[in-house]
Amino acid sequence: MDAIFLQFLNGLDKGSAYALIALGLTIIFGTLGVVNFAHGALFMIGAFCAVSVQKLLSFEKITLDETKLTAWGTPTEVKVHYIEEWFGSSGAVLVDNSVFVSLAVVIPFMMIFGYVMERGLIRHFYKRTHADQILVTFGLAIVLQEIVKAFYGANPIPQPAPEAFIGSTDIGVWFGMAENLVVYPIWRLVYFFFSMAVIAGVFIFLQFTTFGMVVRAGMTDRETVGLLGIDIDKRFTFMFGLAAAVTGAAGVMYTPVLSPNYHMGMDYLVLCFVVVVVGGMGSLGGAVLAGFLLGILQSFSAMNWIKEIVPGIDQVIIYLVAVVILLIRPRGLMGRKGVMEE
Amino acid sequence: MFEKIKNNNTAIMVLFSIMVLAGPLIMAPFGAGYPDLLQRFAIYGIFAVGFNLLFGLTGYLSFGHAAFLGIGSYSAVWMFKLLTMNIVPAIFLAVLLSGLAALVIGYVALRRSGIYFSILTLAFAQMAYNLAYSVLTPITNGETGLQLSLHDARILDPVNTSGSLPSTNFFGAAMNATAKTELFGMTLQFNVGFYVCALILILAFYISLRIFNSPFGLMLRAIRTNQTRLNYTGVNTKPYTLAVFVISGMYAGLAGGLLACTDPLAGAERMQWTASGEVVLMTILGGAGTLIGPVLGSGFIKYFENIFSKINDTVLDGWFSFMPDSMADFFVTIVHPFVGKGWHLTLGILFMLVVIFLPGGLVEGATRIGQWIARKTGAAPESKANSTVISTVHKD
Repeated sequence: MDAIFLQFLNGLDKGSAYALIALGLTIIFGTLGVVNFAHGALFMIGAFCAVSVQKLLSFEKITLDETKLTAWGTPTEVKVHYIEEWFGSSGAVLVDNSVFVSLAVVIPFMMIFGYVMERGLIRHFYKRTHADQILVTFGLAIVLQEIVKAFYGANPIPQPAPEAFIGSTDIGVWFGMAENLVVYPIWRLVYFFFSMAVIAGVFIFLQFTTFGMVVRAGMTDRETVGLLGIDIDKRFTFMFGLAAAVTGAAGVMYTPVLSPNYHMGMDYLVLCFVVVVVGGMGSLGGAVLAGFLLGILQSFSAMNWIKEIVPGIDQVIIYLVAVVILLIRPRGLMGRKGVMEE
Repeated sequence: MFEKIKNNNTAIMVLFSIMVLAGPLIMAPFGAGYPDLLQRFAIYGIFAVGFNLLFGLTGYLSFGHAAFLGIGSYSAVWMFKLLTMNIVPAIFLAVLLSGLAALVIGYVALRRSGIYFSILTLAFAQMAYNLAYSVLTPITNGETGLQLSLHDARILDPVNTSGSLPSTNFFGAAMNATAKTELFGMTLQFNVGFYVCALILILAFYISLRIFNSPFGLMLRAIRTNQTRLNYTGVNTKPYTLAVFVISGMYAGLAGGLLACTDPLAGAERMQWTASGEVVLMTILGGAGTLIGPVLGSGFIKYFENIFSKINDTVLDGWFSFMPDSMADFFVTIVHPFVGKGWHLTLGILFMLVVIFLPGGLVEGATRIGQWIARKTGAAPESKANSTVISTVHKD
């Protein structure tokens, strides 16, 4: 029982990452009809924004302390973060919580990045085939990945979680289980709640604002909305920016779980495409549902007794589900009838 | 005269064969005349030609072709381990198994088209890759990769007493045997392995040419142009697409087998989806849907990969040494990310430019330049029909 519960929790945290990235991807597909193979790169850029912010915040001033000598008789070096020197203890808090600082930085940054990407490149590809869109965004993904590699090197850069969230918590106790049965890293819980908040935010935005209503109308029938005199292109461009911001934020918050490396984008790209397909291309709810479903499914299939029955199932389960879904229900779990059903 | 050549299959084949067979001679002045690289030109040429049969003709964009390459490599190495170091059975098994895998994957994946097909092939390739790394370790040797060892059975070969690993051979001629001659101060290296690969490339190219010009090829192009209409006229397109998918998979397996023949080891990273992306890059860069494009594209990528990745900061300093120091430093800093290990950045940018501005790839570029020259010189009015055999650039 507790093992199942633990796997369920593990699945939730994987699932929230999948759901967030897939949500961004499906927003882009649902609004603009573009198959964005550079989406994984957006996730990676978000993560590396966190790396940069962390580096910027932790620039150190080195002073020599003449009063204390090291074993070699040289003065000890005292390293102080500049930011601490300027702002005192609140500076120290900033350094510690650099993840949240980067979150504040990354959202506007990714908005602009998405805007530039859409206006500069993607919009020239609306009228071309899906294959062309895949190709050009694939090329863009390579370029972005290599730029990041050139700046940050090929090795993963571990990012600390804020001190308050380091370590694990005994979740089992919350649900009346015995102690030390279900111990779970705190940051992953934070990630789960963060993703729920973002998903809820996006849905509320689309469901309860006029802007969101227009966007939803545009997703259903772009032409008619255009005929009503609404500049739908502008709104869709904004949605692209929003999708990029969601994905970037997912990347920032994931850094304490997974040390950012330059190929994480490509790794997650395939997974989140599979998630989107399972959920239904262009269906927002579907992407979220499929994200959590596949995440949980993946961690359940990693349990030992299941692996004993079907060896290797944990490696392929997601793809297997995708293949089955595509064959028996090509529009995905929650895809609209008639959308991409060939 | 040139127009005649374009229309004549025999002439194309002769020209192509001469170019390929004279590879060591042609590439030597460009610093690419050594066997390793020439073999890779030929092998990736085969891979791209096969991929082009699928993507260029039918428009089905597969992102999982590396799986077949990997299957080919693994089966070839197993043949070397179990049967003999002769490459013929290895290649045979590589083509057979990859063909079978393509049949299974194609049967499932081809039930969808467009982006769903891409994702299905991607999913299958990732499955193959993940399995090769995990549960299939007894067959694939996991992360280490499958290698030859002295204790292998090799039941057809005489008992190995030399104490060193035997090399792959083609009926006794060692694949790595190389004859060297000097010509105009260049060392020409004629390598057995390269000529085996080159002959197979020529054969593969010939088959592709025949498919391009056959009714079967016409049907495939019709599928690309308008599959719905074909379906409405009562044509079942599935057998055609499946056939070409299997052929294309066999090409990939052949290339994988040859990779193992020239260097008998196989690793799972050959099956990763980014490796599938590479053949997509090659084909698009050269010109998808054209006969010669994929060969050009793979040669181009492999050549510049080789050249660019060798350029380091010392070489760059040499280039800019004529400038004042500060300026030279500036240029070195600018150019640095694009060369050496950053070669993929250059490739990515190049690829994007090609997809955006030159969808027909290098071949279309060459055709455009040719037309431009013809217009400038005011020579014979160019006729579009003539250029269609070599460059059947897709215009949909």
